[in-house]
Amino acid sequence: MAGAARGTLTMRRRREILLGAAILVFLALLPLGVGNVYLRGLIVLTLLYAGLAQAWNILGGYCGQISLGHALYFGIGAYTSTLLLTRLGVSPLFGMFAGGVLSGGAAFLVGLPCFRLSGHYYVIATLVIGMMVALLAANWDFINAAQGITIPFHQESWTDLAFRTAILPFHYVMLAYAALIWLIAWLIEGSRWGFFWRAVKDDVAAARSLGISIYPSKLAAAAISGAATGIGGVLYAHYIGFIDPDSTLDLSLSVLIALPAVVGGIGTLWGPLLGAAVLIPVQQLSVAWLGSAAGGIDLMVYGALIMALALARPEGLVSFFQGRAREEAADHG
Amino acid sequence: MAEPLLAIRGISKSFGSVAANVDISFEVAPGEILGLIGPNGAGKSSLFNIIAGSIVPDRGEILFAGRRISGIGAVACARLGIGRTFQVVRSFDSMTVLENVMVGAFLHARRSAAAMRAAGEVIAFCGLAGRQDVPAHRLSPPDKRRLEIARALATRPRLLLLDEMLTGLTPTEAREGMQLVRDLRAQGITIIMVEHVMEVLLPLIDRAIVLDLGRKLLEGRPAEIVRHPDVIRAYLGDRYVA
Repeated sequence: MAGAARGTLTMRRRREILLGAAILVFLALLPLGVGNVYLRGLIVLTLLYAGLAQAWNILGGYCGQISLGHALYFGIGAYTSTLLLTRLGVSPLFGMFAGGVLSGGAAFLVGLPCFRLSGHYYVIATLVIGMMVALLAANWDFINAAQGITIPFHQESWTDLAFRTAILPFHYVMLAYAALIWLIAWLIEGSRWGFFWRAVKDDVAAARSLGISIYPSKLAAAAISGAATGIGGVLYAHYIGFIDPDSTLDLSLSVLIALPAVVGGIGTLWGPLLGAAVLIPVQQLSVAWLGSAAGGIDLMVYGALIMALALARPEGLVSFFQGRAREEAADHG
Repeated sequence: MAEPLLAIRGISKSFGSVAANVDISFEVAPGEILGLIGPNGAGKSSLFNIIAGSIVPDRGEILFAGRRISGIGAVACARLGIGRTFQVVRSFDSMTVLENVMVGAFLHARRSAAAMRAAGEVIAFCGLAGRQDVPAHRLSPPDKRRLEIARALATRPRLLLLDEMLTGLTPTEAREGMQLVRDLRAQGITIIMVEHVMEVLLPLIDRAIVLDLGRKLLEGRPAEIVRHPDVIRAYLGDRYVA
């Protein structure tokens, strides 16, 4: 009995990695079937947000610390690599590393005071810090303030992540990013830290009684989540070729990073991917179709959809797939 | 008494103007099952949480295996080998039974395979073997208490604190719970149980500390306790003292 049951958790994790590999192959082949440039661009953006939402999920979903300031880490990543390339000629391959370290460090520093706060106060603190930095960046001449920075194009180069038509190469860059963050989340789920973080999310007093230090757990989750978000910011900057505080540090971006995880299923492995696959296309299409018709209609349609999803599936889209498997597991138990 | 595993010395704790514990002292021998009893408001829960490290006493000290543990906090106490359950059950509800217990096992295990193995053994010991993959929130109340014990047990404690684990159970469930406590002691674990219902506890414990209004009223074997006039007075009132 014990042996069979012990197999279930191991088997579930093996199933996940196999499904992950299958989805990776499918997404790698997807451009072969999609010729339309607009749709291809949509997929690139969806992959980026799948990675960002999963990065957010590491802190918000697994450790239960809801942040509405993740644009800060995204922006730090974007600006770090852009400045390194445009001012010092440093390759984004290194910029990715530097951006990840700096944004992870920033998340750690934000956590130092903010994790002394509990629950809603933490959410508000991250939101305020994010907005403050956006405002400062918009007035900081060293980084071109509100004007932003354009990354000039010289020649096609993988080391500079520079391409004449960026969409197809970046399909694979973003796919690698989303897959990497997914893999990190998968590894965390099965690790000591992952168990501790979920315990911290579920019940702080019980976690303490088992010898888990709450504060260091949150800081570690924040640092990894922040670094993963920052790398997404680096990739975005080189994909678009232009950054400014509005597009990389704004509060609306923080919401957009968190939303796919929340709608898809917070604290789950597939939730962020599923959420991004539904939300990002809907958001982009509603802008494309309705954006010009009358200001705000696209946002109303988008908001209504999120409300409908939240009402129909409070545990996230992922529960459409989980429901039956869970019931069966319980019946066998 | 042999070298005590736990020594409580002059512990006092007040919450505002309410004195929850006043100058409490006693010792617990290794391998003992000690009952902490007393009517509601006697200061049992406060004392229990002081031993578990989640409340810092105002005065006095606690030695665990010769080390001073008062004031070091719940996390450090758990790491030194003090396990506990909660009066109101606290399970990790987003996890299965196995995952809940693995959290405890990870205190010593580094790798998840080792934690899984250790958790599986503890789960079988606590009689939850068939329910490993059930989400914790689906368990029945007595099974949830077993889960809490299994989770604490997975940290390999030397001292286990059980907070009202028999309260609210049917007689059959309570008997099964008592058997589990005896099995735990047979493993060499020292146990302190808090209950305010005395009858269920007396056949199980070696010794009892009776608290009343924050003070230690009495300390002794169960047979001595039930006959003592102070205990009868505390529980039933002056009229019943023969």
